[in-house]
Amino acid sequence: MDLAKPLLTVEGLAVHFASPRTAFGPAPSPIRAVDGVSFTLARGSTLGLVGESGCGKSTTGYAILQLIRPTAGRVVFDGTDIAALPAKKLRPFRRRMQIIFQDSAASLNPRMPVGDLITEALDIHGLHRGAGRGRRIRQLLDLVGIASHLAERFPHELSGGQAQRIAICRALAVEPELIVCDEAVSALDLSIQAQIVNLLQELQRELGLTYIFISHDLSVVRHISDEVAVMYLGRIVETASRQRIFDAAAHPYSRALLSAVPIPDPDVERARERIILSGDLPSPANPPSGCRFRTRCPVVIEACAAKDPPAKFLAPGHFAACLRV
Amino acid sequence: MALLTVRGLTTSFSTDQGIIRAVNGVSFTLEPGEVLGLVGESGSGKSVTALSIMRLVREPPAKVQAELLDFEGTDLLRADPRTLRDIRGSGIAMIFQDPMRSLNPVLTIGRQLTETLVRHINIDGNAARRRAIELLEMVGIPMAEKHLGSYPHQFSGGMRQRVMIAIALSCNPRLLIADEATTALDVTIQAQIVELVRTLTKNLGTAVIWISHDLGLVAGLCDRVNVMYAGRIVETGPVREVFYRPSHGYTIGLIGCTPRVDRVGTPLKPINGLPPNLMDDTPLCPFLPRCDVAIPACHRVRPELRSFPGGHFANCLADLTSRHAELR
Repeated sequence: MDLAKPLLTVEGLAVHFASPRTAFGPAPSPIRAVDGVSFTLARGSTLGLVGESGCGKSTTGYAILQLIRPTAGRVVFDGTDIAALPAKKLRPFRRRMQIIFQDSAASLNPRMPVGDLITEALDIHGLHRGAGRGRRIRQLLDLVGIASHLAERFPHELSGGQAQRIAICRALAVEPELIVCDEAVSALDLSIQAQIVNLLQELQRELGLTYIFISHDLSVVRHISDEVAVMYLGRIVETASRQRIFDAAAHPYSRALLSAVPIPDPDVERARERIILSGDLPSPANPPSGCRFRTRCPVVIEACAAKDPPAKFLAPGHFAACLRV
Repeated sequence: MALLTVRGLTTSFSTDQGIIRAVNGVSFTLEPGEVLGLVGESGSGKSVTALSIMRLVREPPAKVQAELLDFEGTDLLRADPRTLRDIRGSGIAMIFQDPMRSLNPVLTIGRQLTETLVRHINIDGNAARRRAIELLEMVGIPMAEKHLGSYPHQFSGGMRQRVMIAIALSCNPRLLIADEATTALDVTIQAQIVELVRTLTKNLGTAVIWISHDLGLVAGLCDRVNVMYAGRIVETGPVREVFYRPSHGYTIGLIGCTPRVDRVGTPLKPINGLPPNLMDDTPLCPFLPRCDVAIPACHRVRPELRSFPGGHFANCLADLTSRHAELR
């Protein structure tokens, strides 16, 4: 294991979905859910992937895990381009990459008690066979703060926070290196959300995990991420360290997004200048020419329609795709 | 005179397993034009409080009781269905989280707007149509006249919520209840909608009850805040008092576990444990099992409402003054 090499390198990742054909006219253009996403992720760190609904952040997560096969691009995981591997050869990599979803109650089989759910994950990958297994399961439950007598329970008997702990537990059971957290704390109440966020951070320290933390909630992302990538309409528009993105965001979309997040402090909240964007997200089947944000951008100029802005280097690790920065 | 007075509101639901006390003795008043926040987590009784005021809770299985439930001199608890229908829409209007479920999918936007106008205001069809166009323009829908013939599915989520706001404000209600009205929207769209509701209601002098789990939203919008936990208001006061000098263990816990986009974190301080089962009515403070500031007296008596400077009240025995410094 080479620690200096990034665990994950994504290059030009694209996922296009065919639009349904209608009876008349030419075939509609495909929906470009993800359209040229590139980044690298160091072992043991957390990338926050933020953006609004429909920007392609979840699809990016699925395409990295090969849950959706990308239309184009490379996904290099620990030195191997897994996007080019046939399904059979992917198996060993699946163990090393796991995912946690928003609604874990829906992602847990309702007919299986918690203990069996975790055993199933071990079975599939042939881990901890024999006498040690019971002890391993207790150890895993303990790791996520679930009392071992809950192993007999069914998912519907768990609270939202407990179900999320089980989903995390099952992901950890196969000893992964990368975990994609897809809105993993978004459905939880604040008091429970804080418990799960702290748990994810503790586990990362203890086990050296690498996270891709997909979320629309920038407050949580600021809390948990080392690097942040802001997505808009299938592209990463800005990427930087946590500190840079929250203190010196350069792309007009990142700035608007940050200014729109309410802050729970009456004086601070009332003194803020908010950038209010006009209009709605354009359709990803027919994105605007040039810069995709130009239809809502408060600082748009004529040149924005002509040219797709390249990622501009602003500081080490800080890039923004905008002609105005 | 207060616009709305709620005293001792209790809403319970009988189920096979027992009686769920969703709202358990809620009291507050609202002045004309005032903006009140109702915060708390899922199941704390925020929405049921609003629905009980609107008398939109189905009885049975629910049972709504109160010492007083007064809106502009009308006793909402004893009013006949006809009076209630008059008040809903023209006196109190409500917008919900999911506009797709509040709008009728098979009627045009124009029809749904004029329907409300004709029902509540003495107005003929043509005038109603003109007023509907005005209203859509007021909430920032482009090409308003053309969109009168559009159906809800043809709009985006933000646009649908604008239509809901137009309908809600169409008959100049004195009170607007927004129940998680922007929760399902993206933050940039939320900012648009919040700004819209804030300016419109300010100009029209409409009082607003913002129901939200988002402390940031409430901090920016409200004059006063009610913090709810397990069906009760545990703390109430002016927004700055509640955020800077919280006096209930739950409120300070809630603030401590909320991440902020403008600060890099000290680790979040989660509130341990789970909210109580609403079927078990404890004789003590409902937050006691999760409270980290409890004092011995908390295990013996239920806290009375204590008063703090500036019209600020909390149902808590502990003294939290020493912890206020960490909040600024």
